[in-house]
Amino acid sequence: MSRRVDLLIVGAGPAGLAAAITARACGLDVVVVDEQAGPGGQIWRDIEQVGATPRARLLGQAYGEGRGVVRAFRESGAEFLPETRMWNVDEDLRAYLAHRGRAWSIEAGALLLATGAQERPVPFPGSTLPGVMTVGAGQILLKSSGQVPADPAWIAGTGPLALLYAIQLLAAGGRIAGFLDTRPTGQTLAAGRHAARALLTGPRDIAKGAAWMAQLRRRVPVFGHAHGIVAEGGHTLERIRFRDKRGAEVTRAAKVLLVHEGVIPALHATQALGCRHEWDAAQQCFRPVLDDWGTTSVAGVHVAGDGAGIAGARAAGLRGELAALGVAMRLGRIGAEAAEQRAAPVRAALRRAIGVRPFLDALYPPRVEISDPPDAAIVCRCEEVRAGRVRALAAGGLTDPNQVKTATRAGMGPCHGRQCSAPIAGILARMGGSEVRDIAPGRVRPPIRPLTLAELASLDATEAPR
Amino acid sequence: MTAIVRDAVVIGGGLHGLSAALFLARAGQRVTVVERAYLGRHASGANAAGVRTLNRAIEELPLAFEAMEMWRDMNAHVGDDCGFHACGQVRVAESVDEVASLEARQAQSRAAGFTHEEIIDAAELRRLVPAIAPHCVAALVTRDDGAADPHRTIDAYRRSILAAGVALHEGAGVTKVVRQGQDWAVHCDAGTFVAPCVVNAAGAWAGQVAAMVGCHIPISCRASMMMVTERVPPLLEPVVGLVGRPLSFKQTDKGTLIIGGGQQGRADIETGRSIVDFAGLAKTARTVTELFAATAGVGITRCWTGIEAQTKDRLPVIGTSPDAPGMIHLFGFSGHGFQLVPVTGAIVADLAIRGTTQRNIAAFAPQRLQGEAIEACPQDGLRHAIKE
Repeated sequence: MSRRVDLLIVGAGPAGLAAAITARACGLDVVVVDEQAGPGGQIWRDIEQVGATPRARLLGQAYGEGRGVVRAFRESGAEFLPETRMWNVDEDLRAYLAHRGRAWSIEAGALLLATGAQERPVPFPGSTLPGVMTVGAGQILLKSSGQVPADPAWIAGTGPLALLYAIQLLAAGGRIAGFLDTRPTGQTLAAGRHAARALLTGPRDIAKGAAWMAQLRRRVPVFGHAHGIVAEGGHTLERIRFRDKRGAEVTRAAKVLLVHEGVIPALHATQALGCRHEWDAAQQCFRPVLDDWGTTSVAGVHVAGDGAGIAGARAAGLRGELAALGVAMRLGRIGAEAAEQRAAPVRAALRRAIGVRPFLDALYPPRVEISDPPDAAIVCRCEEVRAGRVRALAAGGLTDPNQVKTATRAGMGPCHGRQCSAPIAGILARMGGSEVRDIAPGRVRPPIRPLTLAELASLDATEAPR
Repeated sequence: MTAIVRDAVVIGGGLHGLSAALFLARAGQRVTVVERAYLGRHASGANAAGVRTLNRAIEELPLAFEAMEMWRDMNAHVGDDCGFHACGQVRVAESVDEVASLEARQAQSRAAGFTHEEIIDAAELRRLVPAIAPHCVAALVTRDDGAADPHRTIDAYRRSILAAGVALHEGAGVTKVVRQGQDWAVHCDAGTFVAPCVVNAAGAWAGQVAAMVGCHIPISCRASMMMVTERVPPLLEPVVGLVGRPLSFKQTDKGTLIIGGGQQGRADIETGRSIVDFAGLAKTARTVTELFAATAGVGITRCWTGIEAQTKDRLPVIGTSPDAPGMIHLFGFSGHGFQLVPVTGAIVADLAIRGTTQRNIAAFAPQRLQGEAIEACPQDGLRHAIKE
């Protein structure tokens, strides 16, 4: 089953779809893989099924916008492999894929990673109790099957997604017990200096966010600057405790708590490939180092979409187009001049699309306590390692996440450190008097996506490399 | 920078280097360990942690039995049992032809006076390992053998050497080792350490360290691949290996399956990078799923490799350098050094402090390899493919 393709795109969200359409228009042979059953990614999840139903309306205008893009993608001539995982990729761009029990490899002239974002890990005491989940997980249930929590939900967090989900949940008939806005006080002021540019480039986004907040305040209790959040209960969540903006402790009965502190780029593939990364101070996360065409430090590997740094769906599509043009240029399908010419309007649109970003980043910073969680918080869910254990090791002189991994197994479990690497780096930095940006992330081991022994066994040795 | 005077400097923070540091420090020596990356970065952290006398080279068996006594009492030695379980080890014959090779091995070890290996029939094999495929016909068994947890072992040694007063420098790669009077000056990123005794426990890079003092010992390297799966219900007790195919298969007390056995990844000794070669690992996966049908749907959590030294005769190098007085070599365990860890430090302490040891280490003398041609690393041809 081994074959060669000009461009392999991983992820069929806004970036991957736009890139596929552009690359096909340049005459490239394109394969797109995605783990979902249909194209759309997280933002347009299940749009081919849901797009024409009433649920699409309550999911909002941005969701509906995906229908046209997905249709254009279907007509582009790109090959789409649904329910397919890329579980490993070598530096010579051989990608290892798996679908329903079979594994094979494919050689790519160029690789575009459009794997998007993950929610920022939110460790806090009680975060692993049944009844506590992330807003992102709640939204997947809502989009795919219209599910809303049976009990009134508490939502704690910051960022556009937390607000959007709250609005979508109310529209879908869900109940919200209360909204804990976890932004530190003064953030609105801090964001103010970016407001002018944001209003110029994204007035719709600003107005939308303000309207959501106003609507929320009318319908549910909102607690500003909630902090010190603790989930408590025997076998499941029974109550939450937190401090309000005056520092007074508040306790409330709760059966469902959804948390969210923004999203960060999903970096496992670029880390596994050994691409260079840099610290994004505004978004408090690492991102791959990229040139104007989304090219990483590893030849032939491109990144577009939120995996390149969080910028939203519109920017993702534009970055996807630029990456596809860059690939077509590199493979000699279009000249450098033609590429620049076609890229110019896309770059202009991209500047407008990301104009609102500095404002949003300043308005919704992650709360400090999740990068330096209290001792009782479980930072590694796979191996149940608490923050206190990591703090004690750091006090004993450990400075490297790989050392913490050896000592605690944190990062060795099924999530491969996707949950624990940020808080562990935060603790090591604080204890060692350094900055998180200076803490090299732990080594990423394959498979970077789920793979069974039978699937690996099916990998045809005669067709695999070397 | 002022040189720091020590009694011994150990180059290499793998388990053998740590074992040497521990014995030296407990004997009252002032010891510094310098490690280029972090403790257990390569073979010590990337191995199946088999505690095995089964099918071990006859020359190594006396040391292996002494080490086995220590494994049974690791708590007393390093304050943790290191996850050691005497779950037994079995070497399975999948055909009648392979039984002959088991019998030959047993005869060989008996002739040398060792009676620890027992041949069992298919019925006893099935009693020991009920989940094994029905085509397996017999096995060689050592019931006292077992396995440990490599990371717990590294962590226990780390705590023990620090408690014994060893100075540890991680992220301190050695740049040169030069004569300074009767001593050696070890220059590294953490400073210069001067000592009459230097222990070369640099694993795959030990040949380079030896060359720094004019001692030429040809070694090659290997990068055995390992996999670990998600946690599954109890499947088997002993560690299972095969006569005819490379495999080491066991279940940890956490329920994860650890799968290794010698399929080689790609290694680049210059950069210290090693890469999993999935074509090879797919063979291992086929072996496992054919031997234990219940594993087919089990998810693989991680695959990894680490680089280690390999000698031409697959025996380690343990002994004083013939060319550089004061340097003690301790490397070249060729894929089966984990079990010997507790005892090798004792040998080094003997050699460093008394100049001799009562243990028979003649077969491990560095001289035996000198003048031999350097064996190509099995991965040498692939080096061009690795870009740093």
